[in-house]
Amino acid sequence: MSGRSSALTIYRQALPVILVSLVAGLFSGTVLGSETMRSGIEEVPGILVLLPAFLATRGGVYGSLGARISSGLHQGVIEPRFELDKRLSNAVIASFINGMIVSLFIAIVAFVVVSLLGRNGSLLELAGIMLIAGFLSAIVMLSVLVTVVFLGYRRGIDPDNLVGPIVTTLGDVFGVVFLLIAIYVVGLVV
Amino acid sequence: MTDIDAGENLGGMSDTVQDFYDELFADPDDEPESLMDQLEDEWSIRRMVVTMVPLLAGLSILQMLSGSVLESFEDILLETPSLLILVPVQIGTAGNLGSIMCSRLSTQLHLGTFEFSPRNDNVQSNSLAIFGLGFTVFTLVGVAAWAIGRVLGGTLSLVEVMTISLVSGMLLCAFVVVLSLVSVYSSYRLGYNPDDTTIPVVTNIADITGVLILFGVVSIVL
Repeated sequence: MSGRSSALTIYRQALPVILVSLVAGLFSGTVLGSETMRSGIEEVPGILVLLPAFLATRGGVYGSLGARISSGLHQGVIEPRFELDKRLSNAVIASFINGMIVSLFIAIVAFVVVSLLGRNGSLLELAGIMLIAGFLSAIVMLSVLVTVVFLGYRRGIDPDNLVGPIVTTLGDVFGVVFLLIAIYVVGLVV
Repeated sequence: MTDIDAGENLGGMSDTVQDFYDELFADPDDEPESLMDQLEDEWSIRRMVVTMVPLLAGLSILQMLSGSVLESFEDILLETPSLLILVPVQIGTAGNLGSIMCSRLSTQLHLGTFEFSPRNDNVQSNSLAIFGLGFTVFTLVGVAAWAIGRVLGGTLSLVEVMTISLVSGMLLCAFVVVLSLVSVYSSYRLGYNPDDTTIPVVTNIADITGVLILFGVVSIVL
C-alpha cells in the first residue's frame, strides 16, 4: 500500500466531518466576536477564563451520555422508544446533574483564577451565568441527542458514528449562543 | 444453591456487605419497586454522577490553563474579532484531528499493522492526511475569519490573519501527530486499550495546546 494514495483516502473520508465542524466553529466564533459578546466579555471579568472549560466539559457530559445510550441500544437494554424507561431516564437525569454541578464548579474555579490574575470578578455573576448557560445547554443537548440517536438507530445508522459529530457541532453552536444569552440575562438582574 | 422465590429481595445477593450498603444508601428516596435498579448499579444515577463529576472537574481545572491565556490577551481579543473567531475553530479542529488520528492508529494497532516508527506506512499516510486536512481547514478559516472580522469592525489584514491561522494550524497538526503517536504507543505499552484512553486524553490536551500555540503565534506576529 502506497502511503500517499492511502493518505488521500483518509483525507477524503475525514474532510466532510471536519468541514461541518469548521462551519460550526466559525458560527460560534462569529457569535463570540459580535459586538454584544465583546461588550459582555469586557463587563464581566472571567468570561474568557471559563470559556474553554465550558466548551470542553459539555463534550464530556453529553459525549458520555451519547456513548452510554449507544452501548445500551447495541446491548438491547435500551429500546429506541420515547417513553419513560428507567435506565434511559436515569442516564438523562445523571447527565443533567453532571452538567449543572460542573457548570457551577467552573464558575467557582474561574472566579479563583480571575482573582489570582488580580482582577475583580463577581462569584455571584459568574455562577449565575454558568447555571443559566448550563441549564439551557442541558435542555437542548439532551433532547436533540436522544431524538437524533433514536431516529438514526431506527433507520439503521450506528449511533456510535452519530454521537461525536452531533455533540461537537451542537455543543459549539449552542454553547456560545447560550453563554451570550446568560450574560445578557444576568446583566439585567445584577 | 439457595432457592429464590419470586419477589424475594435480590439485593441481598451482593458479593460483599459493603456493596450491599452502597446500594442500600444509593437512593434513599427511591421507591421499593426500583429493586431492579439496585442490581443494575451501572445505570444508577448516583454511580453515573460519582464517576463523571471528578473527571469533569479535573478536566475543567486543566482547561483553566487556556482560559487564563485567553484572559491575558483580552485587550487584543476585544480589538480584533478575527482572533476571537479563530479560538473556537482552533479548539474544535485540534480535537477533531486528534480523535481521527487516534482512532485510526488504535484500529491499526489492533490489526497489527501499527509500528511506532516514522518509517511505518500507516504512520506516514495518517500523518500526511492530518497535515492535508489541517492545511485545507486553516486556509479556509484564515479567509473566513478575516472576512467576518472585517464585518465586525476588525482591522487586521488578510496576510496577518492567514499567517496566524496557517502557522498556528500547521504547528498544531505537527503537535497532534506526535501526541497521537506517543499516546497510542504508550497506552499500548501500559496495557490499556487505546480505544478507551487516547481520545479523551488527546482531544483535551490538543484543545489546550491549540489555544497556547495560537497565542504564541499571535504574540510573535502582532
